[in-house]
Amino acid sequence: MKIPRFSRKTLCIPYGVFLLFFVIIPMLFILFYAFTDKQMHFSFSNFVQFFSDPTKFSTIIYSLVIALVTTVVTLLIAYPVAYILARSKLKKKFVILMLFVLPMWINFVLRINALRELFNLISQAKPLEGLANANYFKTVFGMVYDFLPFMILPLYTTMLKIDNSLYEASADLGANGFTTFTRVTLPLSMPGIMSGVTMVFLPSMTNYVVSDMLGNAKVTIIGKFIYEYFGTNWHMGSMIALVLLIVVFLSTWLTGGFKGDETVRGTNL
Amino acid sequence: MAEHIIELQNVTKAYGDNIVIEDMSFYVNKGEFITFLGPSGCGKTTTLRMIAGFDLPTSGKILFKGQDISQLPPNKRPVNTVFQRYALFPHLNVFENIAYGLRCKKVVNEYENDKGERYSRKEKLTKKEIAEKVKKALEIVDLEGFEKRSVATLSGGQQQRVAIARAIVNEPEILLLDEPLGALDLKMRKEMQIELKAMHKRLGITFIYVTHDQEEALTMSDTIIVMSDGVVQQIGTPKGIYDEPANTFVADFIGESNIMSGTVTGEKKVKFCGKTFDCLDEFEKNEIVDVVVRPEDIHMCAPEESQLKGKVLSVVFKGIHYEITVKVGKYELVVQSTESRKEGEHIGLNISPDGIHLMKPKYTTNVFDGVITKHNTVKFADGEFECDVTQLYPGSYIDEEEYLVLPSGEKLDLTDTEVTVEVGLGDITISDDEEAGGTTGHIISIIYKGDHYRLIVRTDESEEDFVFSTEDLWNENDYVSVIIPKEKIKLALKAVEVKK
Repeated sequence: MKIPRFSRKTLCIPYGVFLLFFVIIPMLFILFYAFTDKQMHFSFSNFVQFFSDPTKFSTIIYSLVIALVTTVVTLLIAYPVAYILARSKLKKKFVILMLFVLPMWINFVLRINALRELFNLISQAKPLEGLANANYFKTVFGMVYDFLPFMILPLYTTMLKIDNSLYEASADLGANGFTTFTRVTLPLSMPGIMSGVTMVFLPSMTNYVVSDMLGNAKVTIIGKFIYEYFGTNWHMGSMIALVLLIVVFLSTWLTGGFKGDETVRGTNL
Repeated sequence: MAEHIIELQNVTKAYGDNIVIEDMSFYVNKGEFITFLGPSGCGKTTTLRMIAGFDLPTSGKILFKGQDISQLPPNKRPVNTVFQRYALFPHLNVFENIAYGLRCKKVVNEYENDKGERYSRKEKLTKKEIAEKVKKALEIVDLEGFEKRSVATLSGGQQQRVAIARAIVNEPEILLLDEPLGALDLKMRKEMQIELKAMHKRLGITFIYVTHDQEEALTMSDTIIVMSDGVVQQIGTPKGIYDEPANTFVADFIGESNIMSGTVTGEKKVKFCGKTFDCLDEFEKNEIVDVVVRPEDIHMCAPEESQLKGKVLSVVFKGIHYEITVKVGKYELVVQSTESRKEGEHIGLNISPDGIHLMKPKYTTNVFDGVITKHNTVKFADGEFECDVTQLYPGSYIDEEEYLVLPSGEKLDLTDTEVTVEVGLGDITISDDEEAGGTTGHIISIIYKGDHYRLIVRTDESEEDFVFSTEDLWNENDYVSVIIPKEKIKLALKAVEVKK
């Protein structure tokens, strides 16, 4: 029997087909629906309507703010954790790292549900009953809880790569701990910050499961919006999806995510 | 008298149970080029790191101009370091790398206000001052015009120069160099050696240099500190250390040496290789000594007028001289000469008195603390050996129940008795078979002594050393088991009497 031989090109075919049917064609559909009306005629009406409707526009802003707050809080928690873990000489630091990453192994809807029950329980205590209606707080809390590992892991791996002798060189040249942090640690961990931010910021704009479950359905973020519109009006839904796509593109471009070459950010020597 | 810029007083450094530096004391004169020389793992880098402040001594003091700086953090010490792997900041260009220390620095500036009163203020250096200093530093290391280059685009030698510039731009009182030339190729290394030496002259500051390369140390240093196993072996000028090594370790580590065992036969007379020689060192008569002779101190001559006669085993051309191995009786001597000889030729050798160095042997016997165990065996150095316990009590014997019976008929149970174990240098053999001997360890040192090798095997757990002679060739770091014949283990009771 003849053994079939695959060239590299033929091995690419399955992924190419996948790409065509699940990425490119749907994208074209979105583009098509976004710029047509219900009679399937070309129209800018969705575009005009989106930007003239204050509720739609403010939802985008809300999503951005929630995503931004989530990202900042996650970064503030994850950075020290990653730093301490990366620099400690503990033999068991793998275990500690696992403790942070382990929740990822549990279904996240389950985790958010558990968190909601926990909030309900806590808000029954008199001094904390305000928590019952603190929808934005709970949403951000849930998102931070959900996305924390995605921030810690890239930060940790970047910081592991920073050679200890660089810290020593900095101290040797007269820098105190703070200067060493701002002039060595921070710039060298920038690639980690960037990928962590991308991993947290973008999903937290659309992850409406968290906002639905923890925000008493009072917090609407852009993902929820798209979902709702696709129930009734595909054209408007597509337009919102397109706007989101542009926002994502812009934010990725601004953080330098398209450069792909890590030496630009100074990780290699 | 020159000022002691750095002084170590009884410094010990331990990581847990592992002692890397043991009770080290020495001083460094101001303006000196001093080198810590030793094989890897001898503690030289740790010593340097303690002076820099990256490691703190477990006990003891480090004095800078008489002031205790042992506990100061690195950024408060007037020293700068050139790191082994350069440790340049990858995200900064050459200029910013060199300016790093200057930007952290504050200087006291004097001012005069409108009323003519003088006052001083602590200020950061201005941009102009920094730019000037960086430019000067780049000139010193021959890298003018490299300011804007990214450090990733530089060659190893250029990175090395940036690392040096980054350290000296801060005008430290002491420059610490941790094997700075280790990553360069031979030609570049030779060039940098000369340049560093010239830089030292020009800057006039103290250089403390760490290397395992004895030639580098001999070329560059004013003073060399030879270290081994966390202990200073010898401190001296390159010439002093080469000509008068303090012990066989130094003789073996620095330069080529013929090391043999000899016996002192009279006043300034020593016998080795079967002949008696005149020498300059004085020792007690009949004392066993180590004899060190440098290959270039052995002169070849006609067999008739020689002290030693031998046959040429091999001749190797080494560029400026020939290295000739000569078999004299059962000894093999290495001779360096500009003249060549044929293999198999019979020649004579002469050694003048000033070429013979005698030193006290470091080891004459092995002594361990041991404990007698149940089956009349003795436990020491991570292992259990069969031995003859009856030697502890003259006339005693062991009965069927394995009790020791004294001549008086009294029965003794020796289990857990503490004893001192002594084993002679010639009574130990080793084997590849891990099960063959009483204990196991790694070979940590091999010194050729003319007709045999002097080996040291160190056990893994308690790091006890077995020193012995063998004619077989082994490799350093071989894992071996130590065999000692039952009758060669000498036991002595510890001062504490056995309870009866």
